[in-house]
Amino acid sequence: MQDMNPKDVKGEFRELTVQYFDGSKRTILVNDVEVLYPEGRLIVSRTDKDGVITHVNKSFIEMSGYSEQELVGVPHHILRHPDMPPAAFKGLWDTVHSGKRWQGYVKNLRKDGAYYWVYATVVANIRNGEVTGYTSVRRKPSRKKVQECAALYPTLF
Amino acid sequence: MTYQFTVSPDFSPAHIAGWHIFNTWLQKQLSEAIHFEMYDSFDAQRQAINEGKVDLIYANPYDAAMLVRDKGFTALAKPIDKPDEAMVVVNSDSKITTIEELQAGINVAYTDDPDVQMMGMIMLEPADLNTSNITMTPCDSYILVAKQLLQGTCDVGFFLEESFHDLSKMVKQQLRSLVTSQIYIIQHSLLLGPAFAERQDEISQILLSMTNDEKGKGVLESMGIKAWEHLEQEDVEFMIDLMSTLVE
Repeated sequence: MQDMNPKDVKGEFRELTVQYFDGSKRTILVNDVEVLYPEGRLIVSRTDKDGVITHVNKSFIEMSGYSEQELVGVPHHILRHPDMPPAAFKGLWDTVHSGKRWQGYVKNLRKDGAYYWVYATVVANIRNGEVTGYTSVRRKPSRKKVQECAALYPTLF
Repeated sequence: MTYQFTVSPDFSPAHIAGWHIFNTWLQKQLSEAIHFEMYDSFDAQRQAINEGKVDLIYANPYDAAMLVRDKGFTALAKPIDKPDEAMVVVNSDSKITTIEELQAGINVAYTDDPDVQMMGMIMLEPADLNTSNITMTPCDSYILVAKQLLQGTCDVGFFLEESFHDLSKMVKQQLRSLVTSQIYIIQHSLLLGPAFAERQDEISQILLSMTNDEKGKGVLESMGIKAWEHLEQEDVEFMIDLMSTLVE
């Protein structure tokens, strides 16, 4: 996965190097601009068993700032914001690997360094008894819940 | 053997005759007896499905999981450009202009159309509203949902977008949309029951070629459908996965 490009980011930003669960590293660029989730939309994506994106819908493309070509074939953690505690994602994977549905509030990182909050649900795609991948659907969160999570997540590192 | 065809009870009243015409046309094309049965509620239709009385169904997406994963129905076709989108609507005189302004304790008018109810509830979530802090007023039709808003007995109504636009101009002028979903991939589909499965390829061909002749086009028009589009089993499985992320 490519490092983020300063040319894509507006205004001042912080540069960080993050390491993902698979050991890979990426330089990300983060600013403090929030993009509000639009009304009436669902952000939908599918991944394979390894979390590599296989399908994104139009709302995913619009909110992430990436093109479909940039998204399909890369790990879903391209959206991982450094303010999200690793424990939240461990909970996600532990839950979906056990065949259950995971729901939670997630702060996502955009291509332009800004962020957006979502209320996410992830389920395993089971075909003929086998997990073939995962479907994730994000919807508009309540501001009250976002404020609660924004206060809680820094304490979970 | 006479097969049975049914349509999701949330069909537009303007298209009842169209579905009858479609059934007659399909019987002729297949040289097969097919009885068209309409149910006045989703519960009645689900009971018929459980009793094995349904062989072909134009199904609400909410019921697709049960039909495909529990009852062995297979994907046949979906209408082109006809996604199910929901609207959250208020009286045009309401002071509410955004979802976030809605407060706990509001009264919501809705029909038993399950996917619209689900999408409507999702669109209320940003205001921290759910079934535990609002009053839900069931209505038998979208016209009655509109009536509840016009009379001021309900604050908000859930509509299928198509049904809202079917309301008279005079009624629509007294209502205002707060938000309309733009989900695109939740939609009704034609599903085939196990007893009818051996005719799947033939029925699929017949449906997809309906736009090739004037009579077929006329039948489609009477149902408010532009054309049928082939539906892969994986398309339905995907929609079921998506619905499972949304159903509480």
